[in-house]
Amino acid sequence: MNPIYEKVKGVLVDKFGVEESEVTPEASFEDLDLDSLDLVEFALAAEEELGVRISDEEAEQLETLSDTVKLLEEKGASA
Amino acid sequence: MSTSHVAITGLGLATPAGLGVDSSWEGLLAGVSPASTDPNLEGLPVDISCRIPGFDATQMLGRKAARRLDPFVQYASWTARQAVTDAGLDPETWDGPRVGVVIGCGLGGTLTWETQHQRMLEQGPERVSAMLIPMLIPNMVAGQVAMDMGCTGPNLVTATACASGATAIGTARDLLRSGACDVVLAGGTEAGLTPLSITGFAQMGALSTRLDEPEIASRPFDVDRDGFVAAEACGIVVLERDEDARARGAHRRAMVAGYGASADGHHITAPDPEGGGAERAIRAALADAGVGPDDVDHVNAHGTSTPLNDVSEARTLQRVCGGEFSVTSTKGVTGHSLGAAGAIEAAFSALTIQHGLVPPTANLESQDPEIGLDVVSKAPREQRVEVAMSNSFGFGGQNAVLVLTAP
Repeated sequence: MNPIYEKVKGVLVDKFGVEESEVTPEASFEDLDLDSLDLVEFALAAEEELGVRISDEEAEQLETLSDTVKLLEEKGASA
Repeated sequence: MSTSHVAITGLGLATPAGLGVDSSWEGLLAGVSPASTDPNLEGLPVDISCRIPGFDATQMLGRKAARRLDPFVQYASWTARQAVTDAGLDPETWDGPRVGVVIGCGLGGTLTWETQHQRMLEQGPERVSAMLIPMLIPNMVAGQVAMDMGCTGPNLVTATACASGATAIGTARDLLRSGACDVVLAGGTEAGLTPLSITGFAQMGALSTRLDEPEIASRPFDVDRDGFVAAEACGIVVLERDEDARARGAHRRAMVAGYGASADGHHITAPDPEGGGAERAIRAALADAGVGPDDVDHVNAHGTSTPLNDVSEARTLQRVCGGEFSVTSTKGVTGHSLGAAGAIEAAFSALTIQHGLVPPTANLESQDPEIGLDVVSKAPREQRVEVAMSNSFGFGGQNAVLVLTAP
């Protein structure tokens, strides 16, 4: 599995209390019951875990977890 | 404006005496204070407190609520559901716009505030949580209960410091009398056992410094009292107009018959030594209930265990209420839960009426000779109570008095 995806999954499960079974590449933040404030929190957590900054504007555009992983990879995230 | 009485048809409690109404009441009757050394206050000038036992937000409310709600809101979310269930009401079917929520809170989300402030100082402003404001604002507690149970009528939080919970119940009573609501969830919540907040109270000299014997530190009306023990708690009551409660066959535990409020206009924190403000609130509440000062059978006192409050309150009660009445301060067991206190004590007064039992004032070993009241201590006292009064006085000189009567 993609190591960045695994990191994202870890953040969602550990920090946001999302059920591990609900986390799939196709899942949207909405599917996971996370709202716009959670996305801001997610961006903070991703920065801590992966060392890249997601702006609020970028965070607002994120829909699925695979989009998120793609953005993180483009930004040069290393797991 | 209808003058009809308002019935308490549901109760929910989460207090240091116990989680839930039955365990809180049993804990209160046992008369033993659960105050203990608090690991979260380690190294501070005062490191003792009374916490709610066994509250597990993740298990009781789910992981999302555990993450996104400050404890003062978590306590109220759970307690409000308990109260609604106790009342036999169903949020799925009630007429939401006719259901109001009025909850008192003294401090708001102090845990969130203190944690995020520290984070900002240590890691910079960019690390501050986007949830900071929604988690700390005091009014969020009433908003959350509305979201949780579809109560979309009038919705507010009252802030009169240690009288907030009583002010909330009085305000809720008025929303029923005016016809603005058919049901109101009312009460108080507080979760302020956080390092900065408790140190603030300690620096004022308001807290007991009996740190080596926390279980006997809260001792209202005792000659050796030296301040209050800070507590967290939540109490929510379901209120309905008596005729509505009767019509649906609800179990009426007690009536909220009278409410009186006033301001001392005297000092930021010290009670008026003459008790003028407290007296006016008491007289207003009695007049509102249509009972005389001699009719009071029982008083659940504010009784904080501070040197100033207990003497001033006792003098006022002796001056105003002429007849024979028993007095208890349930803060001997629970400690002082600030904005929740008025609500949990109104609930305790309702239970006193319902069960015909006055809970004892914990740790009252030697009554202060300046306090000439019939204070119940050591063990519960059997007493048929028709008229009970619950006093609450807040910093800022705000006074709120409730008169509860048997249904």
